[in-house]
Amino acid sequence: MRLLLIEDDRDAAAYLVKALKESGHAVDHAADGVAGYDLAYEGGYDVLVVDRMLPKMDGLSLISALRAQKDETPTLILSALAQVDDRVKGLRAGGDDYLTKPYAFSELLARVEALARRRPKGEAEETVYRVGDLSLDRLSHKVTRASEEIALQPREFRLLEYLMQNAGKVVTRTMLLEHVWDYHFDPQTNVIDVHVSRLRAKVDRDFEAPLIQTVRGAGYMIRDGGAK
Amino acid sequence: MTAALNRLVRSTIFRLTLLIFGFGVVGAAFVLILVGSQVIKIADDETRATIQTDADALIAQYEAGGIRKLGLSLGARARAPGGTIYLLTDQIGEPLVGNVSQLPPSLNAVAGFAQTRYQGVDGGARRLALARIYTLSNGFRLLVGHDLGERARIGAVLVRTLALSLVLFAGIAALGAAFVARRMLARIEGVNRAAARLMAGDMTERLPVSGSGDELDRLTAGLNAMLQRIGELMAGLREVSDNIAHDLRTPLTRLRNHAEEALRTGRDEAAWRAALMRTIEESDGLIRVFDALLMIARAQAGADRTGLAPVDVSEVVADVAELYEPLAEEKGFTLRIDAEPKLMIEGRRELIGQALANLIDNALKYGATPLAPREITVSARREGREIAIEVADRGPGVALEDRDRVLDRFVRLESARSRPGSGLGLSLVAAVARLHGGAVRLIDNAPGLRARLELPAPSR
Repeated sequence: MRLLLIEDDRDAAAYLVKALKESGHAVDHAADGVAGYDLAYEGGYDVLVVDRMLPKMDGLSLISALRAQKDETPTLILSALAQVDDRVKGLRAGGDDYLTKPYAFSELLARVEALARRRPKGEAEETVYRVGDLSLDRLSHKVTRASEEIALQPREFRLLEYLMQNAGKVVTRTMLLEHVWDYHFDPQTNVIDVHVSRLRAKVDRDFEAPLIQTVRGAGYMIRDGGAK
Repeated sequence: MTAALNRLVRSTIFRLTLLIFGFGVVGAAFVLILVGSQVIKIADDETRATIQTDADALIAQYEAGGIRKLGLSLGARARAPGGTIYLLTDQIGEPLVGNVSQLPPSLNAVAGFAQTRYQGVDGGARRLALARIYTLSNGFRLLVGHDLGERARIGAVLVRTLALSLVLFAGIAALGAAFVARRMLARIEGVNRAAARLMAGDMTERLPVSGSGDELDRLTAGLNAMLQRIGELMAGLREVSDNIAHDLRTPLTRLRNHAEEALRTGRDEAAWRAALMRTIEESDGLIRVFDALLMIARAQAGADRTGLAPVDVSEVVADVAELYEPLAEEKGFTLRIDAEPKLMIEGRRELIGQALANLIDNALKYGATPLAPREITVSARREGREIAIEVADRGPGVALEDRDRVLDRFVRLESARSRPGSGLGLSLVAAVARLHGGAVRLIDNAPGLRARLELPAPSR
């Protein structure tokens, strides 16, 4: 993936560039809003990672300007402002996701990768997700594994749907809470883990190869044949 | 003195008052002029009628007794004192009898009444008169008129009265304006001085209120209420920043100690790795504490009251209970939900969700005793003007004397010390309640604890 990081803090930027490269991505870096805009405007990036407060042109203006040019490159906003309002403002300016500083790198990586798989607007989402012998039909809400139907609660269905939408990629607990439950708070305890283990019991227990995997220190991932 | 006068003259209230009085003066002048002109018009009408009557009588005498009788009568009248003027002339205008030297040339052509100047038979100044020329049947002409000296005197009196009253009026206006403006200025000066003291740093200062209840008083009262609120906010912020500084110092010190310890005693990579992992965990915890503190601070200061939106509390209750249900089950709790449908309030869904999550989290952590059933009931219902969200457990409860205390930041009761937690959960709930204008109450569930979050509901 080609990423553009627009971040003025030199230490943070160097760290991110290094870590993202180690994760196998090509990363360009711009240290201020105008340089960032110029690079982004040339295009060719899969995801933009934009700090909210930048010299010369702030992050939100940069995103708004790109969106005004019909540039729909998925964008992750980094911000030290953690309030719900700030988040809403960020998303309204055209950001696709919002991550509060300080963040764990695993969280940032998971979110960037989840953004990259988003399709451009207008392109139809597939209606059936498949991972190995597991399939999930988003229209009929039917889940089958090895042609055996699995009955799921509505929330379990959404959980699985989100995991499968990001098949092969790490999904963090906060991402799950945001996308499946639509809350952004910190649940303090391992509430999400229990939901996942319930889902696991239904999807994986009676089968040989487990599909839902725990990624230590990061979150969960669903993929085929990745017993680790 | 001149500075004070200058300030007075430049004040809006003085100018305004003066302007109003100015309008009054113009109005009064208009009325006086109208009255004057009416008086003169009436006097003129009277004069015309008198002249007409006089002339009619003279013409009647001419018709009865000829030119001789008219001449005699005219001679007698012309000699009588008074303002009436007469003149009889022949066909070519040669004067015969009367008290006017000759027919005023301007009057010849005019039929009807007109103003003209005349000169008496004894000479003297030309005077103004209202007169008319009648032509007799033999072609002789008869002038009858009335001197207008009287009218001019009345007019002069009117003009003098007018001028005098205008001067008087203007004087009163200036004095009145000055009086009103001085009073107003004195009050505004008082407000200004209070504001200056406020800006100098005395935040307890309030603007003076005269007690008359007028618009200035209402404005001042409004400003005072605003000052009160600002004072509260400032005090709140100061307290919060003091607390944050204090509260973060402890975990930061711990973090630093661990790092130092690792440097001092760590011998191999495994030990360092473990120490680093611990450092990350500690800093994550620190960030969580910091976020929670910031949110509590904002809620306490009430700075976040913008952005309230309609929230269905029953939906939030269902969401959060559903989120915690598997965890509760895993811990051996029964989680029951008892919520009325459609409980709408103006609020923040995220914060109410977070508060409820904290309450359920607490119940799961502390709401169990070895003997009592592990049971948590989450309920939400409308009670009069508020919506009550309750999380009730059957645990050991909280002693009466501790119930207020546990709502404070970082208070952890002795029994909870050994278990994980920041001590911020309930204070965050309290802050969320305060932000919504509600309250948190801890009630004895006999046995157990009933944590009750009350949020004001819009009246139906």
